[in-house]
Amino acid sequence: MSTKKEGKHKQSLYPSSAGISRREFLKTALATGVLATGAGCAIRVSTSGAQQVEIKQGTNGFTIAYISDSHLLARGKEHRFAKALIKAVEDVNNLKPQPDFVLYGGDLAQLGLREELSLGKDIIAELKPKLYMMVGEHDWYFDMGEVWKEFFGKPTYSFDHKGVHFIVLNSVVVEDYWSEAKMTPMERMLFMAQLDNPKGRPFTVGEEQRKWLSDDLSAVSKDTPIVIFSHSPLYKYYKAWNFWTDDAEDVQKLLAPFKTVTVIHGHTHQVLTNKVGNIAFHGMLSTAWPWPYAPEGIPKLTMQMDRPDPFNQFDGMGWGIIDTLPNGHVNKTYKLWERNPMFVSHEKVSTGGGFVSGHSY
Amino acid sequence: MLGIRIKSGIAFTGAIRNAVQIFCVVLGVACFPHLVAFSQPKGDSFALNLPPGVLEPIIPEDNPLTKGKVDLGKKLFFDKRLSVDDTVSCATCHDPEKGFADGKVIAVGIQDRKGTRNSPTVLNAAFFDTQFWDGRAITLEEQAKQPVINPKEMGMSSHSALVEKISNIPDYKTSFKAVLAADQITIDHIAGAIASFERTLITFNAPFDRFIAGEKGAMSESAQRGWQLFQGKARCITCHEFNRSYPFFTDNKFHNIGVAMKGKDFESLARKAASRGANPSVLAQEEGSAELGRYVVTKEPKDIGAFKTSGLRNIALTAPFLHDGSEPTLESVVEFYNKGGIPNPNLDGGIRPLGLSEEEKNDLVAFMESLTSDDLPRLVSGHNP
Repeated sequence: MSTKKEGKHKQSLYPSSAGISRREFLKTALATGVLATGAGCAIRVSTSGAQQVEIKQGTNGFTIAYISDSHLLARGKEHRFAKALIKAVEDVNNLKPQPDFVLYGGDLAQLGLREELSLGKDIIAELKPKLYMMVGEHDWYFDMGEVWKEFFGKPTYSFDHKGVHFIVLNSVVVEDYWSEAKMTPMERMLFMAQLDNPKGRPFTVGEEQRKWLSDDLSAVSKDTPIVIFSHSPLYKYYKAWNFWTDDAEDVQKLLAPFKTVTVIHGHTHQVLTNKVGNIAFHGMLSTAWPWPYAPEGIPKLTMQMDRPDPFNQFDGMGWGIIDTLPNGHVNKTYKLWERNPMFVSHEKVSTGGGFVSGHSY
Repeated sequence: MLGIRIKSGIAFTGAIRNAVQIFCVVLGVACFPHLVAFSQPKGDSFALNLPPGVLEPIIPEDNPLTKGKVDLGKKLFFDKRLSVDDTVSCATCHDPEKGFADGKVIAVGIQDRKGTRNSPTVLNAAFFDTQFWDGRAITLEEQAKQPVINPKEMGMSSHSALVEKISNIPDYKTSFKAVLAADQITIDHIAGAIASFERTLITFNAPFDRFIAGEKGAMSESAQRGWQLFQGKARCITCHEFNRSYPFFTDNKFHNIGVAMKGKDFESLARKAASRGANPSVLAQEEGSAELGRYVVTKEPKDIGAFKTSGLRNIALTAPFLHDGSEPTLESVVEFYNKGGIPNPNLDGGIRPLGLSEEEKNDLVAFMESLTSDDLPRLVSGHNP
């Protein structure tokens, strides 16, 4: 491509072309030629501060941040999982302007022990914005949530913020397989901590909580935008790894009448995008380790993050930003620590248009 | 891929390069010898002499390599008249006798003005994805345009001032007309010629290269152990990437290893830099913000204090090391990494204390010394201004 054409093309993709390496640019150009199905660039990778995620259209958009899946061990603040969580907290505290609030996405502890949760509680106490907590299976299955409830309150709740109705679920409810097998609490926890799920008991929201959800939603008008925080994805991605919510269809049915629904979920430790009916789904990054993509079931809309470098203790991990637009839909930014951020706009989720794979560094 | 015939001087896309790199690594042999740039010179088109399997550097299509440009560029490279007071040429900081660097901690320009960075070598810069320690220029052409107007380097007031000065030199007027058919000289002509010359400053044929090609005795035992450490315990290869099709020991990425992180309030420096919206090349010259590194280009907080991974060919010739010249010897660099860099909030995830023994550190140094090319005397002797 001649430098003149390069320049024009660059401009259409990136308003500011400063700092894009030739290798990155050509990779993008090649990808554009092959993958783009619609006009315009779907995935915009932020390369300059001027494009940093704040998209304020009108006065009612707002920004929140999340940190998720820290899997802390009770080995003090020098352990790399603790260091990573501290790094995320500092990154969020350094955001200017500050987000409206922060969501913690679950799996704060690795084995649900009091010492682990306590360490986590100390670290996230340093967050300056308001904090909302969500539980993951690693927090819960040692003592069935006793310490979690003591430290952080009820696992299931809802609240309203600037016209958006937020719901926080405990979507890692699993049918009891441990009582019959007379498992000790630690045995149960270690079992739940595995990626592979040999007993085949998938995560659910469960009947009781679905009823709660139905009641909660009955007070919300169909036009009110809804954002659901859930640890498991609330759809069916890969059962063998419990990247799965078994009663997903029932939950989605409860949400179907609503005009604008977004699910933000943890557990999968990767960049993940999906749409089912009227619902957009966005995964959250982990601060502790990345998961590979499952052998099957990856949602079509997902632009995958590159395979992380195992030599690098922060590659493939990070935290993120959720920009809620005035119409209640969500733009998502994955703040990867060792790469350029990845940006998934609502527009592209809804049109399913071609994604351009931007340069990752 | 097999169906592609590559002619010399034609741009080779990075994506294909990546794919071929992987392919070559898998095969473990130098592959595609037909891709080497040994085409017949057409008129005065210039072929780079690359070993089999090494991917060609990307050359902008609007500045193909010709012998005339290379010679003209060489003349410009050594010409002190490119500076405002006729005291500094490119070769002042990129001296052939000093590995095309300058042996100084920080570069010094006209009137003894001190810059903010250690002068990098020009050798093999043609192969890098970006130029400068913060990658703020992509092509060699773009890079060449900056020092000439940098008040701390060559100090011309503007590109047009330089163009006027050069145009008023009859020798150049004739040469530019002859080589580039240029009646009116432009800064692009000047930068293009310098870049063309720099593209010939490439080196292979180091003892390491012969070792990789199969000559076991080419490197000392110590250097061979160093090579194993480089790929293993010392973890160097994760950023100083090597493979036979791109044998330059850099991943072209930017990493914060903690250099110069002590005692600086990066947060407020970064905020100031971002809010000013100033040009990266300006920010890179200012004492405070220069240490922000890649951040001045991308404004991404994760890039605070991150600098480009240097190549390692001929590294033994270009002391002192790191972007601020703070490490005087290869031994001290190894020790810097051995300690785990300098902890700071932005430290790259790949940096950690290494626990190397004295012998292991010496082996690494011996390995790096084996990267000095036998081609160098030929390159250097050809350039006596």
